[in-house]
Amino acid sequence: MKNRSKKTRGILYFLVAVILVYIILAFINFNLFLSSLKFFCNLIIQIVPILILVFILMVIANYFITPKFITKHFREPGIKKWIFIIIGGILSTGPIFMWYPLLAELKEKGIGYGYLATFLYNRAIKIPLLPVAIFYFGLKYVIVLTIVMIFVSIIQGIIINRILPLDR
Amino acid sequence: MIIDKLKKSAIKAFKSLYKMLPLILGILLLVSLIPVLIPKSFYVRFFQKNPILDSVIGSIIGSISAGSPITSYILGGEFLKDGVSLFAVTAFIVAWVTVGIIQLPAESLILGKKFAIIRNATSFLFAIIIALITVFLLNVM
Repeated sequence: MKNRSKKTRGILYFLVAVILVYIILAFINFNLFLSSLKFFCNLIIQIVPILILVFILMVIANYFITPKFITKHFREPGIKKWIFIIIGGILSTGPIFMWYPLLAELKEKGIGYGYLATFLYNRAIKIPLLPVAIFYFGLKYVIVLTIVMIFVSIIQGIIINRILPLDR
Repeated sequence: MIIDKLKKSAIKAFKSLYKMLPLILGILLLVSLIPVLIPKSFYVRFFQKNPILDSVIGSIIGSISAGSPITSYILGGEFLKDGVSLFAVTAFIVAWVTVGIIQLPAESLILGKKFAIIRNATSFLFAIIIALITVFLLNVM
């Protein structure tokens, strides 16, 4: 809780610091200040519709995906297990630290380190944020990158399972 | 029941976005300064030497950075517009979301030091490999 308020304060300090830079710039070179502000306004206009879409996708993710749902499906055997771990990682929401206790519990229950690594790697693919990625990099790039990342997450999982087998 | 759950989901999503808003605004303000203050030639000279070196630099910068993935997309997208190579930008955004130097102590504590170090080290290397494979695939497609 303390860490979270520290983080919020840090974000606010960051925003204030950037605003201060703008104020200083306005005094030093008003034309540069105006150019930056114009650039900023254009970016805001472009990004607002995407943020609305992000919000809708976040609501859907929060509605359907819970830690309970994910734990339930991690127990499937063989390839099915990999598939559920990948889907679980992609669909999991919220900050990473929220998931550490769950992952520790899964480890205790015999889920290998490699599967945990694959889960964590796939958390990098955030469906609600894909519209932003598509806006900047294009649909083709996002599809290729996502497929490559999923493939690599499995390789990482296999490697870590080999390096760090669970003591049983 | 469904409406209650939906309401809770909407409130949770709104709170997450609301918390991110000052950060998004700050990042957008900052990236708006970059094209005005730093000329494109600076980035072009700094990166674009060769794909592997660009990917390594991108992965290092992404690894030591932290924050929401949305921030990495915005920064990466603006870097790309400013002439930084796609190799560097891809390694940057992949390392940003897969390597967690800041979270390393917490990850070590809960999942084990060895696991945390191996996972982060392999994620760093894979960010470089992913950048090379992704750009190669995009070029041949």
